[in-house]
Amino acid sequence: MTFELPLLILLVMTAAGALLVKDLISAVFILGSYSFTLALVWALLGAVDVAFVEAVVGAGLATVFFLLTLFRASVKDTQIRRSPVPLVAVVGLPLLAILLLYGAGDLPAFGDPASPASTHIAPTYIDNSVSQTRTPNVVTAVLMDYRALDTLVETIVIFTAGIACALILRNNDK
Amino acid sequence: MIHPHDSVIVRTLGRIVIPVAQLFGFYVLVFGQYGPGGGFVGGVILAASMILAILVFGLDAPDSRIASMVLHGDGLGLLIFAFVGGMCLIGGGQFLNYTYLEIPGLDSASRHYVGILLTQVGVAVDVAVTGVSIAVSLSTDDNGVTGKEVLDG
Repeated sequence: MTFELPLLILLVMTAAGALLVKDLISAVFILGSYSFTLALVWALLGAVDVAFVEAVVGAGLATVFFLLTLFRASVKDTQIRRSPVPLVAVVGLPLLAILLLYGAGDLPAFGDPASPASTHIAPTYIDNSVSQTRTPNVVTAVLMDYRALDTLVETIVIFTAGIACALILRNNDK
Repeated sequence: MIHPHDSVIVRTLGRIVIPVAQLFGFYVLVFGQYGPGGGFVGGVILAASMILAILVFGLDAPDSRIASMVLHGDGLGLLIFAFVGGMCLIGGGQFLNYTYLEIPGLDSASRHYVGILLTQVGVAVDVAVTGVSIAVSLSTDDNGVTGKEVLDG
């Protein structure tokens, strides 16, 4: 568990760098490294499937989409001019952070088997996944079998995104 | 429109990397029931490999003909997914309850296994096609018009 602090520092640094840098193309690449660091954090916490998705989508595909969008834009649009930060954000966001940290103190400990999330329905999935579906990876069994309707609607969302992009961006004249 | 890349290094590396990436995408797709991965991640990796082919060789090149063929498959993955669910309805059960998939010679758990595999293929096809489609949409630029000028009219 000695990796936690360096990863946290790297995460905050890349997030701040993506926000502060002037050039949007640099910001996209820093955001990609942020996603990769976040994927390492997920892997460290044992959520390997989430880490895989974060690495592939956040650091891979999203970066490509951002870059293609920026290549479409003109050069002066890829530079940002910053206005001064409003006072309500300077005061309000630290207060919100303190409130969230205060609330986080009451969360169950990481990996606590007696926490509500681990006692509700998760044991059923873990116990029955292999015998009912022959699928050792419980995450896949939940996504594709026990919660298949949710996944179907997610697939519809992705399909709709592709259709919307084609409708808005493609030139239909020819 | 994306034009093919000039550099011989990029083209050579593309020829090596793209098949490996596609093989890895298929591996992740079919290995999703035993380890991390699955339809979504496998589809994204396949999409990334085809986007790479388009970026390196151009959309009209013979080397990226799979990527331009894939564009005609919009909605196919969704159809596969919904078709599996509909087959469960025809078998006499609830929508997407794989126990009622009418596959002779398989017990309930094996039917669930086949159902999960088929729906994962559906998700992967949908994600891969959508990824390539969005990339092509974003890079369609026939008259040198930028996105901002299109928005401004």
